[in-house]
Amino acid sequence: MKILVSVKRVIDYAVKIRVKPDKTGVETANVKMSMNPFCEIALEEALRVKESGAASEVVIVSMGNEKCTEVLRTGLAMGADRGIHVATERPLYPLAVAKLLQALVRKEEPGLLLLGKQAIDDDCNQTGQMVAGFLNWPQGTFASKVKVDKSENCVHVEREIDGGLESLRLQLPAVITTDLRLNQPRYATLPNIMKAKKKPIAKVTPEELQVEITEDFDILEVVEPDKRKAGVMLSSVDELLDKLKNEAHVL
Amino acid sequence: MNYAKQGLLGRALAHARQCCKVHKIYARGLAAQSASLQWDAHRLSEDQLNFRELAWGFAQQELMPFAADWDRKEHFPVDVLRKAAKLGFGGLFCSSDFGGSKLTRADGAVIFETLAYGDVATTAYLTIHNMCCSLIDKFGSEELRAQWLPRLTTMELLSSYCLTEPDSGSDAASLQTTARQKLGHTDYILNGSKAFISGGGVSDVYLVMARTGMDGPKGITCFLLEKGMAGLSFGRPEHKLGWRSQPTTSITLDNVKVPRANMVGGENEGFKVALSGLDGGRINIAACSVGGAQFCLDACEEYVKRRKQFGKAIADFQNTQFKLSDMVMRVQASRLMVAHAASAFDVNAPGMTATVAMAKRFATEACYGVCNDALQLHGGYGYLNDYPIERYVRDLRVHTILEGTNEIMQMVIARQMMR
Repeated sequence: MKILVSVKRVIDYAVKIRVKPDKTGVETANVKMSMNPFCEIALEEALRVKESGAASEVVIVSMGNEKCTEVLRTGLAMGADRGIHVATERPLYPLAVAKLLQALVRKEEPGLLLLGKQAIDDDCNQTGQMVAGFLNWPQGTFASKVKVDKSENCVHVEREIDGGLESLRLQLPAVITTDLRLNQPRYATLPNIMKAKKKPIAKVTPEELQVEITEDFDILEVVEPDKRKAGVMLSSVDELLDKLKNEAHVL
Repeated sequence: MNYAKQGLLGRALAHARQCCKVHKIYARGLAAQSASLQWDAHRLSEDQLNFRELAWGFAQQELMPFAADWDRKEHFPVDVLRKAAKLGFGGLFCSSDFGGSKLTRADGAVIFETLAYGDVATTAYLTIHNMCCSLIDKFGSEELRAQWLPRLTTMELLSSYCLTEPDSGSDAASLQTTARQKLGHTDYILNGSKAFISGGGVSDVYLVMARTGMDGPKGITCFLLEKGMAGLSFGRPEHKLGWRSQPTTSITLDNVKVPRANMVGGENEGFKVALSGLDGGRINIAACSVGGAQFCLDACEEYVKRRKQFGKAIADFQNTQFKLSDMVMRVQASRLMVAHAASAFDVNAPGMTATVAMAKRFATEACYGVCNDALQLHGGYGYLNDYPIERYVRDLRVHTILEGTNEIMQMVIARQMMR
């Protein structure tokens, strides 16, 4: 079985985010970028499934400009077998990514599509669900445990939901999106970083995949959240109730 | 009684608050580093960027959170060193046949700088171990390499470099430890003592320089000694200002019998082996200084933005800005000197030893100054070990002394210049 994992290049989680002066978006020039942590967890899980013998190949895909090959190299150094770079300069939103992934799945025919549950830049949390819909595949989102049963051709997924855990049994092929607690991604090693250079990265364009990228919405403005203000001391419960009712409008 | 209780509680609360603050500085320090290090990214190869990324993750997760504790308890984190070796950090410069990563010194400088950002003392020991491994790899016989390198590069076994003696420091060629052959025997009998040995007592393998011939540098041979050899004993661990996460002891050699096969390099060629190790070691130590200074710089940048006096953040005072700008400049200059020296080592460039000595002297001094300035800007808080700065100051202090004092660096530079 082949596993396809999508990996996104995002601003590193430790970087302090700055909004561009013209408010069109977040400043990404000269900012440290790395693989989205949830994608890293998805890749780690794919590698573990392969190491358990339930899969034979792990293919990673990233979409965007040339810089995406950096995260593909990181993924190859972690242990993925080959990479696919969907090259485009256009901004990509979940719907377009889901369509591109659908096209790639048709081409690659993986038994399992693994994604991070969301990217830490836009926090959309949509792509996995959309692509599962397009493919008409079963989906297990926010997975905190994954176990592939090769003989039954299915996968057991434990997912974190409000009020507890939900256990699912999905028929393969399936889509799984990964949550934070699924695993602890491995480090690449120096020898594997060197070996990764020799692993292939294929380049395709959205046109070749016959997917038309449309921008379904316009971003009007990106602003920083309000700075936290200092608290005030109140003299009575009545005053508190009054403020909650008339200032905060939460009562 | 009541007052006493309140006092205690108050102090406990203050301490808790401070710990939170320190924790935040750590976290923010990380973010800040990534930003200022981008200024340097264009200089690095794609590989080096990847190595740095790897070292960064390791430093952040495996070193930084524990370094203060190791320092306080004088704990030598062998398990963490072995974890580092799993990633290939145990035999950076060794050939790949016995588990080495075969990297250049320029690569190594990037890696050690990044690791030292998280913990200078532990990284410094790692560099010493790498130096020993590369000497065995470069000068050792095939048998010796095959026997030891597989377990050294994984750090299943640790190693130490033994040149300095109680009465022979800067004048290293005057060492008095002897290695004599009895008539009709091939084994050597070693007698003498060694001082300031990093890893002493814990390491399994010791590269010992001993006199086999005439006085001076041309009568010295390098031997590989194993812990457990009869007559090899260790002094009590020294109590030190810094570098407290690695043990340092003296070593006594009392009629230690060493087979001829344990010779590293030829007879009477040991000083060449020792100096070759030192050239690399000086680059490594200088790189560790840069990493430590970068950490202090980042922590400081965060601190001055938060600390308010006279009604505004102290970052808004020009004195602070001038100080910070000089600090970042000195870190950058040190980093470039180290990179330049490392690439000189890699191609054995003319004047390499002087180039390395310049980098060692410049970087260890400038970076110690940066840490010290960071402490000054932290004021009284910088002097407390609740904040990490004082530890970096203590750890970097020894870098101007070891691997050849900075005064010896001046001698080396002038000598090569006027040759």
